[in-house]
Amino acid sequence: MINQHEILQTIEMIDQQHLDVRTITMGISLRDCCHSDANTSCTKIYDKICRLAGNLVKTGEQISSEFGIPIVNKRISVTPISMIAESSDAESYVPFAKAMDKAAKEVGVDYIGGFSALVHKGYTVGDRKLINSIPEVLASTDVVCSSVNVGTTRAGINMDAVRDMGLIIRRTAELTNGFGCGKLVIFCNAVEDHPFMAGAFHGVGEPECEINVGVSGPGVVYEALKSCKGQPLDVVAETIKRTAFRITRVGQLVAQEASSRLGVPFGIVDLSLAPTPAIGDSVADILQQIGLTSVGAPGTTAALAMLNDAVKKGGVMASSNVGGLSGAFIPVSEDAGMIAAAKAGKLSIEKLEAMTCVCSVGLDMIAVPGDTSAETLSGIIADEAAIGMVNNKTTAVRIIPAIGKTVGDAIDFGGLFGSAPIMPVNTCSPAEMIARGGRIPAPLHSLKN
Amino acid sequence: MRAFVTVIGKDKVGIIAAVCNLLAEKKANVLDISQTILQENFTMIMLVDISACSVSFDEMSRLLSELGSSMELSIRIQREEIFNAMHRI
Repeated sequence: MINQHEILQTIEMIDQQHLDVRTITMGISLRDCCHSDANTSCTKIYDKICRLAGNLVKTGEQISSEFGIPIVNKRISVTPISMIAESSDAESYVPFAKAMDKAAKEVGVDYIGGFSALVHKGYTVGDRKLINSIPEVLASTDVVCSSVNVGTTRAGINMDAVRDMGLIIRRTAELTNGFGCGKLVIFCNAVEDHPFMAGAFHGVGEPECEINVGVSGPGVVYEALKSCKGQPLDVVAETIKRTAFRITRVGQLVAQEASSRLGVPFGIVDLSLAPTPAIGDSVADILQQIGLTSVGAPGTTAALAMLNDAVKKGGVMASSNVGGLSGAFIPVSEDAGMIAAAKAGKLSIEKLEAMTCVCSVGLDMIAVPGDTSAETLSGIIADEAAIGMVNNKTTAVRIIPAIGKTVGDAIDFGGLFGSAPIMPVNTCSPAEMIARGGRIPAPLHSLKN
Repeated sequence: MRAFVTVIGKDKVGIIAAVCNLLAEKKANVLDISQTILQENFTMIMLVDISACSVSFDEMSRLLSELGSSMELSIRIQREEIFNAMHRI
Protein backbone atom coordinates (compact mmCIF):
# COMPACT_ATOMS: atom_id res chain seq x y z
CA MET A 1 0.00 0.00 0.00
CA ILE A 2 1.00 3.59 -0.60
CA ASN A 3 2.69 5.06 2.45
CA GLN A 4 2.26 8.41 4.13
CA HIS A 5 5.50 9.83 2.75
CA GLU A 6 4.47 9.08 -0.85
CA ILE A 7 1.07 10.67 -0.39
CA LEU A 8 2.49 13.82 1.13
CA GLN A 9 5.17 13.97 -1.57
CA THR A 10 2.50 13.93 -4.27
CA ILE A 11 0.51 16.65 -2.53
CA GLU A 12 3.62 18.79 -2.12
CA MET A 13 4.46 18.41 -5.83
CA ILE A 14 1.01 19.66 -6.76
CA ASP A 15 0.65 22.35 -4.09
CA GLN A 16 4.12 23.83 -3.90
CA GLN A 17 6.03 22.69 -6.97
CA HIS A 18 3.44 23.52 -9.63
CA LEU A 19 2.99 19.94 -10.87
CA ASP A 20 0.19 19.98 -13.37
CA VAL A 21 -1.02 18.43 -16.56
CA ARG A 22 -0.43 21.27 -18.97
CA THR A 23 -3.00 20.26 -21.52
CA ILE A 24 -5.48 17.70 -22.73
CA THR A 25 -5.70 18.26 -26.46
CA MET A 26 -8.30 16.59 -28.63
CA GLY A 27 -7.10 16.02 -32.18
CA ILE A 28 -9.95 16.09 -34.68
CA SER A 29 -9.76 15.17 -38.35
CA LEU A 30 -11.65 17.61 -40.56
CA ARG A 31 -10.98 15.67 -43.75
CA ASP A 32 -14.70 15.02 -44.19
CA CYS A 33 -15.45 18.77 -44.01
CA CYS A 34 -14.24 19.70 -47.49
CA HIS A 35 -16.85 21.26 -49.78
CA SER A 36 -16.86 23.30 -52.96
CA ASP A 37 -18.94 25.92 -51.13
CA ALA A 38 -16.89 27.64 -48.43
CA ASN A 39 -19.91 28.41 -46.22
CA THR A 40 -21.00 24.77 -46.22
CA SER A 41 -17.46 23.71 -45.37
CA CYS A 42 -17.30 26.20 -42.46
CA THR A 43 -20.63 24.91 -41.12
CA LYS A 44 -19.36 21.34 -41.31
CA ILE A 45 -16.18 22.32 -39.45
CA TYR A 46 -18.14 24.11 -36.72
CA ASP A 47 -20.61 21.23 -36.31
CA LYS A 48 -17.96 18.54 -36.19
CA ILE A 49 -15.81 20.31 -33.59
CA CYS A 50 -18.85 20.99 -31.39
CA ARG A 51 -20.06 17.40 -31.73
CA LEU A 52 -16.75 15.70 -30.88
CA ALA A 53 -15.38 18.16 -28.30
CA GLY A 54 -18.65 19.04 -26.57
CA ASN A 55 -17.71 17.16 -23.38
CA LEU A 56 -13.95 17.79 -23.45
CA VAL A 57 -13.82 20.65 -20.97
CA LYS A 58 -16.30 19.10 -18.53
CA THR A 59 -14.44 15.78 -18.62
CA GLY A 60 -11.12 17.52 -18.03
CA GLU A 61 -12.54 19.33 -15.03
CA GLN A 62 -13.97 16.13 -13.59
CA ILE A 63 -10.66 14.27 -13.91
CA SER A 64 -8.87 17.24 -12.36
CA SER A 65 -11.22 17.21 -9.38
CA GLU A 66 -11.12 13.46 -8.79
CA PHE A 67 -7.36 13.07 -8.95
CA GLY A 68 -6.59 16.41 -7.37
CA ILE A 69 -4.25 17.43 -10.21
CA PRO A 70 -4.69 20.73 -12.06
CA ILE A 71 -5.30 20.36 -15.80
CA VAL A 72 -4.37 23.82 -16.97
CA ASN A 73 -5.59 23.82 -20.57
CA LYS A 74 -8.09 21.99 -22.70
CA ARG A 75 -7.40 22.42 -26.39
CA ILE A 76 -8.30 21.20 -29.83
CA SER A 77 -6.09 20.54 -32.83
CA VAL A 78 -7.49 20.01 -36.31
CA THR A 79 -6.34 18.92 -39.76
CA PRO A 80 -4.26 21.66 -41.42
CA ILE A 81 -6.95 23.98 -42.77
CA SER A 82 -5.19 24.53 -46.11
CA MET A 83 -6.07 20.93 -47.00
CA ILE A 84 -9.74 21.40 -46.09
CA ALA A 85 -10.33 24.89 -47.43
CA GLU A 86 -8.71 24.41 -50.81
CA SER A 87 -11.64 22.34 -52.08
CA SER A 88 -13.62 25.58 -52.02
CA ASP A 89 -13.16 28.56 -54.29
CA ALA A 90 -12.78 30.99 -51.36
CA GLU A 91 -10.01 33.54 -51.89
CA SER A 92 -9.56 34.28 -48.17
CA TYR A 93 -9.53 31.58 -45.50
CA VAL A 94 -10.49 33.96 -42.71
CA PRO A 95 -14.06 32.54 -42.56
CA PHE A 96 -12.60 29.08 -41.86
CA ALA A 97 -10.62 30.47 -38.93
CA LYS A 98 -13.73 32.25 -37.66
CA ALA A 99 -15.63 28.94 -37.75
CA MET A 100 -12.81 27.36 -35.70
CA ASP A 101 -12.83 30.30 -33.27
CA LYS A 102 -16.59 30.14 -32.80
CA ALA A 103 -16.59 26.35 -32.27
CA ALA A 104 -13.70 26.55 -29.79
CA LYS A 105 -15.52 29.19 -27.78
CA GLU A 106 -18.76 27.21 -27.93
CA VAL A 107 -17.12 24.12 -26.38
CA GLY A 108 -15.08 26.27 -23.98
CA VAL A 109 -11.52 25.25 -24.86
CA ASP A 110 -8.57 27.59 -24.34
CA TYR A 111 -7.06 27.32 -27.83
CA ILE A 112 -7.60 25.64 -31.16
CA GLY A 113 -4.65 24.89 -33.43
CA GLY A 114 -4.51 23.89 -37.06
CA PHE A 115 -4.83 27.03 -39.14
CA SER A 116 -1.82 25.49 -40.77
CA ALA A 117 -0.08 24.59 -43.99
CA LEU A 118 2.72 22.13 -44.74
CA VAL A 119 4.81 23.69 -47.48
CA HIS A 120 8.27 22.17 -46.96
CA LYS A 121 8.55 21.28 -50.63
CA GLY A 122 6.24 23.82 -52.21
CA TYR A 123 2.88 25.55 -52.20
CA THR A 124 -0.49 24.33 -53.36
CA VAL A 125 -3.08 26.96 -54.27
CA GLY A 126 -4.70 26.47 -50.86
CA ASP A 127 -1.40 26.76 -48.98
CA ARG A 128 -0.77 30.14 -50.54
CA LYS A 129 -4.25 31.43 -49.71
CA LEU A 130 -3.92 30.17 -46.15
CA ILE A 131 -0.57 31.84 -45.59
CA ASN A 132 -1.84 35.11 -47.00
CA SER A 133 -4.82 34.93 -44.62
CA ILE A 134 -2.69 34.44 -41.47
CA PRO A 135 -2.23 38.11 -40.42
CA GLU A 136 -5.94 38.89 -40.67
CA VAL A 137 -6.86 35.60 -38.96
CA LEU A 138 -4.61 36.31 -35.99
CA ALA A 139 -5.95 39.85 -35.80
CA SER A 140 -9.63 38.92 -36.03
CA THR A 141 -9.88 35.72 -33.96
CA ASP A 142 -9.11 35.12 -30.28
CA VAL A 143 -8.17 31.48 -29.76
CA VAL A 144 -7.06 30.27 -33.20
CA CYS A 145 -3.40 29.30 -33.52
CA SER A 146 -1.51 29.00 -36.77
CA SER A 147 1.57 27.12 -37.91
CA VAL A 148 3.48 26.61 -41.14
CA ASN A 149 6.02 23.86 -41.81
CA VAL A 150 8.76 25.21 -44.07
CA GLY A 151 11.29 22.40 -44.02
CA THR A 152 11.96 18.73 -43.31
CA THR A 153 15.05 16.57 -43.15
CA ARG A 154 13.82 14.61 -46.17
CA ALA A 155 12.72 17.53 -48.34
CA GLY A 156 15.07 20.33 -47.39
CA ILE A 157 13.93 23.90 -46.73
CA ASN A 158 11.47 25.84 -48.87
CA MET A 159 13.22 29.21 -48.92
CA ASP A 160 10.31 30.88 -50.75
CA ALA A 161 8.19 30.01 -47.73
CA VAL A 162 10.91 31.21 -45.36
CA ARG A 163 10.97 34.56 -47.21
CA ASP A 164 7.17 34.80 -47.16
CA MET A 165 6.90 33.95 -43.46
CA GLY A 166 9.22 36.82 -42.57
CA LEU A 167 6.75 39.14 -44.28
CA ILE A 168 3.73 37.40 -42.69
CA ILE A 169 5.22 37.76 -39.20
CA ARG A 170 5.83 41.46 -39.82
CA ARG A 171 2.32 42.02 -41.16
CA THR A 172 0.83 40.10 -38.22
CA ALA A 173 2.87 42.18 -35.77
CA GLU A 174 1.71 45.41 -37.40
CA LEU A 175 -1.95 44.36 -37.34
CA THR A 176 -1.89 43.05 -33.76
CA ASN A 177 0.76 45.19 -32.11
CA GLY A 178 2.93 42.09 -31.86
CA PHE A 179 0.52 39.97 -29.87
CA GLY A 180 -0.74 37.88 -32.80
CA CYS A 181 2.79 36.56 -33.38
CA GLY A 182 2.53 34.61 -30.12
CA LYS A 183 -0.04 32.42 -31.90
CA LEU A 184 2.10 31.71 -34.99
CA VAL A 185 4.80 29.04 -35.24
CA ILE A 186 7.14 28.34 -38.16
CA PHE A 187 8.34 24.72 -38.06
CA CYS A 188 10.96 22.49 -39.55
CA ASN A 189 10.08 18.78 -39.14
CA ALA A 190 6.69 19.58 -37.61
CA VAL A 191 5.19 16.67 -35.66
CA GLU A 192 1.61 15.66 -36.31
CA ASP A 193 0.41 14.71 -32.85
CA HIS A 194 1.72 17.14 -30.27
CA PRO A 195 -0.71 18.81 -27.89
CA PHE A 196 1.06 22.13 -27.28
CA MET A 197 0.14 25.52 -28.66
CA ALA A 198 0.62 27.45 -30.75
CA GLY A 199 1.95 24.71 -33.03
CA ALA A 200 -0.54 21.86 -32.59
CA PHE A 201 -2.33 20.45 -35.62
CA HIS A 202 -3.89 17.07 -36.33
CA GLY A 203 -1.74 15.38 -38.97
CA VAL A 204 -3.15 13.51 -41.93
CA GLY A 205 -1.83 10.19 -40.64
CA GLU A 206 -3.71 10.56 -37.37
CA PRO A 207 -7.05 8.85 -36.59
CA GLU A 208 -10.50 10.43 -36.79
CA CYS A 209 -10.21 11.74 -33.26
CA GLU A 210 -7.73 11.21 -30.41
CA ILE A 211 -6.60 12.50 -27.05
CA ASN A 212 -3.05 13.78 -26.59
CA VAL A 213 -1.73 14.95 -23.25
CA GLY A 214 1.13 17.28 -22.41
CA VAL A 215 2.69 17.07 -18.96
CA SER A 216 4.69 19.71 -17.21
CA GLY A 217 6.69 19.97 -14.00
CA PRO A 218 9.90 22.04 -14.09
CA GLY A 219 9.26 22.96 -10.44
CA VAL A 220 9.25 19.31 -9.40
CA VAL A 221 12.57 18.63 -11.15
CA TYR A 222 14.04 21.76 -9.58
CA GLU A 223 13.04 20.66 -6.06
CA ALA A 224 14.34 17.12 -6.63
CA LEU A 225 17.74 18.48 -7.71
CA LYS A 226 18.12 20.35 -4.42
CA SER A 227 18.81 16.94 -2.85
CA CYS A 228 21.88 16.27 -5.00
CA LYS A 229 23.94 19.40 -4.50
CA GLY A 230 27.63 18.82 -5.30
CA GLN A 231 26.98 15.30 -6.65
CA PRO A 232 28.39 14.20 -10.04
CA LEU A 233 26.28 14.90 -13.11
CA ASP A 234 25.31 11.26 -13.59
CA VAL A 235 23.57 11.44 -10.21
CA VAL A 236 21.81 14.60 -11.41
CA ALA A 237 20.71 12.82 -14.59
CA GLU A 238 19.43 9.85 -12.61
CA THR A 239 17.44 12.14 -10.30
CA ILE A 240 15.87 13.90 -13.28
CA LYS A 241 14.95 10.53 -14.82
CA ARG A 242 13.19 9.35 -11.66
CA THR A 243 11.30 12.62 -11.36
CA ALA A 244 10.30 12.65 -15.02
CA PHE A 245 8.98 9.13 -14.59
CA ARG A 246 6.61 10.24 -11.83
CA ILE A 247 5.46 13.32 -13.71
CA THR A 248 4.78 11.31 -16.86
CA ARG A 249 2.86 8.60 -15.02
CA VAL A 250 0.37 11.26 -13.98
CA GLY A 251 0.07 12.34 -17.62
CA GLN A 252 -0.48 8.74 -18.70
CA LEU A 253 -3.18 8.27 -16.06
CA VAL A 254 -4.99 11.45 -17.09
CA ALA A 255 -4.71 10.54 -20.78
CA GLN A 256 -6.17 7.08 -20.23
CA GLU A 257 -9.02 8.42 -18.10
CA ALA A 258 -9.86 11.15 -20.61
CA SER A 259 -9.69 8.67 -23.47
CA SER A 260 -12.03 6.17 -21.82
CA ARG A 261 -14.53 8.76 -20.57
CA LEU A 262 -14.74 10.52 -23.91
CA GLY A 263 -14.74 7.28 -25.90
CA VAL A 264 -11.86 8.57 -28.01
CA PRO A 265 -8.56 6.69 -28.57
CA PHE A 266 -5.52 7.71 -26.54
CA GLY A 267 -2.85 9.16 -28.84
CA ILE A 268 0.33 10.13 -27.03
CA VAL A 269 1.80 11.67 -23.91
CA ASP A 270 4.17 14.51 -24.74
CA LEU A 271 7.10 14.39 -22.31
CA SER A 272 7.73 18.07 -22.16
CA LEU A 273 9.03 20.20 -19.35
CA ALA A 274 6.85 23.22 -20.06
CA PRO A 275 7.56 26.23 -17.86
CA THR A 276 5.14 28.97 -16.84
CA PRO A 277 5.97 32.52 -15.76
CA ALA A 278 5.20 31.51 -12.13
CA ILE A 279 8.18 31.63 -9.78
CA GLY A 280 9.42 28.07 -9.21
CA ASP A 281 8.12 26.70 -12.52
CA SER A 282 11.15 27.47 -14.65
CA VAL A 283 13.47 25.41 -16.85
CA ALA A 284 16.13 28.12 -16.42
CA ASP A 285 15.99 27.56 -12.66
CA ILE A 286 16.75 23.86 -13.19
CA LEU A 287 19.85 24.74 -15.22
CA GLN A 288 20.90 27.14 -12.49
CA GLN A 289 20.29 24.47 -9.86
CA ILE A 290 22.66 22.21 -11.81
CA GLY A 291 25.33 24.83 -11.23
CA LEU A 292 25.20 27.80 -13.60
CA THR A 293 25.01 31.30 -12.13
CA SER A 294 22.64 32.19 -14.95
CA VAL A 295 21.11 30.48 -17.92
CA GLY A 296 23.22 31.59 -20.88
CA ALA A 297 26.54 30.93 -19.11
CA PRO A 298 29.06 28.64 -20.83
CA GLY A 299 27.86 25.12 -19.97
CA THR A 300 24.20 25.95 -20.56
CA THR A 301 23.91 23.87 -23.72
CA ALA A 302 25.55 20.85 -22.05
CA ALA A 303 23.32 21.07 -18.98
CA LEU A 304 20.23 21.42 -21.17
CA ALA A 305 21.27 18.45 -23.33
CA MET A 306 21.51 16.29 -20.24
CA LEU A 307 18.21 17.57 -18.84
CA ASN A 308 16.40 16.96 -22.11
CA ASP A 309 17.75 13.45 -22.50
CA ALA A 310 17.04 12.47 -18.88
CA VAL A 311 13.45 13.71 -19.15
CA LYS A 312 12.94 11.45 -22.17
CA LYS A 313 14.60 8.44 -20.57
CA GLY A 314 12.48 8.73 -17.45
CA GLY A 315 9.30 9.57 -19.28
CA VAL A 316 9.45 6.97 -21.99
CA MET A 317 9.10 4.12 -19.49
CA ALA A 318 6.14 5.78 -17.82
CA SER A 319 3.87 5.91 -20.83
CA SER A 320 2.66 3.34 -23.33
CA ASN A 321 2.74 5.88 -26.17
CA VAL A 322 5.18 8.74 -26.18
CA GLY A 323 5.21 11.27 -28.97
CA GLY A 324 4.75 14.91 -29.83
CA LEU A 325 7.62 17.26 -29.17
CA SER A 326 8.91 15.53 -26.02
CA GLY A 327 11.68 17.65 -24.57
CA ALA A 328 12.34 20.68 -22.42
CA PHE A 329 10.82 23.91 -23.72
CA ILE A 330 12.73 27.16 -23.49
CA PRO A 331 10.19 29.89 -24.26
CA VAL A 332 11.69 33.14 -23.06
CA SER A 333 8.52 35.01 -22.10
CA GLU A 334 6.99 32.01 -20.34
CA ASP A 335 9.88 31.28 -17.99
CA ALA A 336 10.76 33.58 -15.09
CA GLY A 337 14.43 32.51 -15.13
CA MET A 338 14.77 33.09 -18.88
CA ILE A 339 13.11 36.50 -18.57
CA ALA A 340 15.54 37.52 -15.83
CA ALA A 341 18.59 36.33 -17.80
CA ALA A 342 17.44 38.04 -21.03
CA LYS A 343 16.72 41.28 -19.15
CA ALA A 344 20.17 41.25 -17.59
CA GLY A 345 21.81 40.67 -20.99
CA LYS A 346 23.09 37.25 -19.91
CA LEU A 347 21.15 35.34 -22.54
CA SER A 348 21.38 36.17 -26.24
CA ILE A 349 19.38 34.95 -29.22
CA GLU A 350 22.55 33.26 -30.49
CA LYS A 351 22.92 31.27 -27.25
CA LEU A 352 19.24 30.34 -27.40
CA GLU A 353 19.84 29.13 -30.93
CA ALA A 354 22.63 26.87 -29.70
CA MET A 355 20.35 25.57 -26.95
CA THR A 356 17.69 24.63 -29.48
CA CYS A 357 20.16 22.17 -31.05
CA VAL A 358 19.78 19.93 -28.01
CA CYS A 359 16.23 20.43 -26.81
CA SER A 360 12.66 20.93 -27.84
CA VAL A 361 11.65 23.06 -29.66
CA GLY A 362 13.19 26.24 -30.98
CA LEU A 363 13.40 30.00 -30.65
CA ASP A 364 10.21 30.37 -28.70
CA MET A 365 8.37 33.49 -27.53
CA ILE A 366 11.26 35.80 -28.23
CA ALA A 367 10.51 39.51 -28.57
CA VAL A 368 12.72 41.53 -30.92
CA PRO A 369 12.79 45.26 -31.73
CA GLY A 370 9.75 46.50 -33.64
CA ASP A 371 11.86 47.67 -36.56
CA THR A 372 13.37 44.22 -37.22
CA SER A 373 13.07 43.70 -40.98
CA ALA A 374 11.18 40.85 -42.65
CA GLU A 375 14.48 39.66 -44.17
CA THR A 376 16.11 39.43 -40.76
CA LEU A 377 13.11 37.47 -39.43
CA SER A 378 13.43 35.16 -42.44
CA GLY A 379 17.14 34.76 -41.75
CA ILE A 380 16.39 33.71 -38.17
CA ILE A 381 13.75 31.25 -39.41
CA ALA A 382 16.20 29.82 -41.98
CA ASP A 383 18.91 29.29 -39.33
CA GLU A 384 16.53 27.52 -37.00
CA ALA A 385 15.06 25.40 -39.81
CA ALA A 386 18.59 24.41 -40.86
CA ILE A 387 19.33 23.16 -37.33
CA GLY A 388 16.19 21.02 -37.45
CA MET A 389 16.82 19.78 -40.96
CA VAL A 390 20.43 18.73 -40.40
CA ASN A 391 19.90 17.26 -36.93
CA ASN A 392 16.74 15.39 -37.84
CA LYS A 393 14.71 17.07 -35.11
CA THR A 394 11.82 19.46 -34.80
CA THR A 395 12.72 23.12 -34.56
CA ALA A 396 10.44 26.11 -34.57
CA VAL A 397 10.39 29.88 -34.45
CA ARG A 398 7.82 31.91 -32.57
CA ILE A 399 9.18 35.42 -32.66
CA ILE A 400 7.48 38.71 -31.87
CA PRO A 401 8.51 42.00 -33.42
CA ALA A 402 7.32 44.37 -30.67
CA ILE A 403 6.00 47.28 -32.70
CA GLY A 404 7.19 50.64 -31.39
CA LYS A 405 9.55 49.06 -28.88
CA THR A 406 13.26 48.49 -28.72
CA VAL A 407 15.94 46.81 -26.60
CA GLY A 408 15.37 47.65 -22.94
CA ASP A 409 11.57 47.62 -23.28
CA ALA A 410 9.31 44.65 -22.60
CA ILE A 411 6.10 43.33 -24.06
CA ASP A 412 3.49 41.83 -21.73
CA PHE A 413 1.25 39.09 -23.15
CA GLY A 414 -0.52 38.17 -19.92
CA GLY A 415 -1.42 34.71 -18.58
CA LEU A 416 0.66 31.70 -19.59
CA PHE A 417 2.33 33.69 -22.40
CA GLY A 418 4.08 35.87 -19.82
CA SER A 419 6.14 38.93 -20.66
CA ALA A 420 9.22 39.21 -22.83
CA PRO A 421 12.12 41.66 -22.67
CA ILE A 422 13.02 42.91 -26.17
CA MET A 423 16.24 41.13 -27.15
CA PRO A 424 18.86 42.62 -29.46
CA VAL A 425 19.15 41.16 -32.96
CA ASN A 426 22.29 41.10 -35.12
CA THR A 427 21.75 43.98 -37.53
CA CYS A 428 23.78 42.67 -40.49
CA SER A 429 21.31 42.07 -43.31
CA PRO A 430 20.65 38.66 -44.95
CA ALA A 431 18.39 40.41 -47.52
CA GLU A 432 20.22 39.27 -50.64
CA MET A 433 20.23 35.63 -49.60
CA ILE A 434 16.57 35.70 -48.56
CA ALA A 435 15.55 37.37 -51.85
CA ARG A 436 16.98 34.41 -53.77
CA GLY A 437 14.18 32.09 -52.61
CA GLY A 438 14.22 28.56 -54.05
CA ARG A 439 15.07 25.54 -51.95
CA ILE A 440 17.86 24.36 -49.73
CA PRO A 441 18.26 20.72 -50.82
CA ALA A 442 17.78 17.91 -48.31
CA PRO A 443 21.00 17.06 -46.47
CA LEU A 444 23.08 13.93 -46.85
CA HIS A 445 22.39 11.27 -44.21
CA SER A 446 25.76 9.63 -44.22
CA LEU A 447 29.26 11.05 -43.74
CA LYS A 448 28.00 12.52 -40.47
CA ASN A 449 30.33 15.01 -38.88
CA MET B 1 -13.81 3.35 -5.98
CA ARG B 2 -11.19 4.13 -3.33
CA ALA B 3 -9.72 7.48 -2.45
CA PHE B 4 -7.33 9.05 0.00
CA VAL B 5 -8.55 11.82 2.29
CA THR B 6 -5.69 13.93 3.60
CA VAL B 7 -6.06 16.39 6.44
CA ILE B 8 -3.21 18.78 7.16
CA GLY B 9 -3.10 21.71 9.58
CA LYS B 10 -2.85 22.85 13.17
CA ASP B 11 -3.82 20.22 15.77
CA LYS B 12 -6.99 20.76 17.80
CA VAL B 13 -9.72 18.78 19.53
CA GLY B 14 -12.24 16.95 17.34
CA ILE B 15 -10.59 16.80 13.92
CA ILE B 16 -10.90 13.04 13.49
CA ALA B 17 -14.45 13.06 14.85
CA ALA B 18 -15.56 15.83 12.49
CA VAL B 19 -14.05 14.22 9.39
CA CYS B 20 -15.34 10.74 10.29
CA ASN B 21 -18.81 12.12 10.97
CA LEU B 22 -18.99 13.72 7.56
CA LEU B 23 -17.70 10.58 5.85
CA ALA B 24 -20.16 8.36 7.73
CA GLU B 25 -23.06 10.67 6.99
CA LYS B 26 -22.32 10.40 3.27
CA LYS B 27 -21.80 6.61 3.44
CA ALA B 28 -18.05 6.66 2.74
CA ASN B 29 -16.42 3.66 4.41
CA VAL B 30 -13.07 4.25 6.15
CA LEU B 31 -10.68 1.36 5.32
CA ASP B 32 -7.50 2.62 6.91
CA ILE B 33 -6.41 5.58 8.93
CA SER B 34 -3.03 6.95 10.01
CA GLN B 35 -2.35 10.07 11.97
CA THR B 36 0.78 11.82 13.09
CA ILE B 37 2.23 15.20 14.01
CA LEU B 38 4.70 16.16 11.26
CA GLN B 39 6.78 19.34 11.68
CA GLU B 40 4.16 20.60 14.19
CA ASN B 41 1.41 19.94 11.65
CA PHE B 42 -1.42 17.58 12.31
CA THR B 43 -1.39 15.12 9.41
CA MET B 44 -4.05 12.49 8.89
CA ILE B 45 -4.39 10.18 5.93
CA MET B 46 -7.47 8.02 5.47
CA LEU B 47 -8.13 5.43 2.79
CA VAL B 48 -11.87 5.43 2.09
CA ASP B 49 -14.17 3.38 -0.08
CA ILE B 50 -16.62 5.72 -1.79
CA SER B 51 -18.40 3.17 -3.98
CA ALA B 52 -21.58 3.47 -1.91
CA CYS B 53 -21.20 7.19 -1.29
CA SER B 54 -24.54 9.05 -1.28
CA VAL B 55 -23.13 12.16 -2.98
CA SER B 56 -21.00 12.70 -6.11
CA PHE B 57 -17.21 12.89 -5.92
CA ASP B 58 -17.30 16.63 -6.60
CA GLU B 59 -19.83 17.19 -3.83
CA MET B 60 -17.82 15.09 -1.36
CA SER B 61 -14.70 17.05 -2.29
CA ARG B 62 -16.52 20.35 -1.78
CA LEU B 63 -17.98 19.29 1.60
CA LEU B 64 -14.58 18.14 2.88
CA SER B 65 -12.94 21.33 1.67
CA GLU B 66 -15.62 23.43 3.41
CA LEU B 67 -15.20 21.46 6.64
CA GLY B 68 -11.46 22.09 6.33
CA SER B 69 -11.93 25.83 5.93
CA SER B 70 -14.21 25.99 8.98
CA MET B 71 -11.54 24.24 11.11
CA GLU B 72 -8.54 26.03 9.54
CA LEU B 73 -7.32 22.81 7.97
CA SER B 74 -6.55 21.70 4.46
CA ILE B 75 -8.72 18.68 3.64
CA ARG B 76 -8.72 17.05 0.24
CA ILE B 77 -9.88 13.85 -1.36
CA GLN B 78 -8.09 12.28 -4.33
CA ARG B 79 -8.66 8.98 -6.07
CA GLU B 80 -6.16 6.30 -5.12
CA GLU B 81 -4.95 5.82 -8.71
CA ILE B 82 -2.90 9.02 -8.86
CA PHE B 83 -0.68 7.85 -5.99
CA ASN B 84 -0.32 4.35 -7.42
CA ALA B 85 0.58 5.79 -10.83
CA MET B 86 3.23 8.04 -9.39
CA HIS B 87 4.84 5.69 -6.88
CA ARG B 88 4.31 2.13 -8.12
CA ILE B 89 5.39 0.43 -11.33
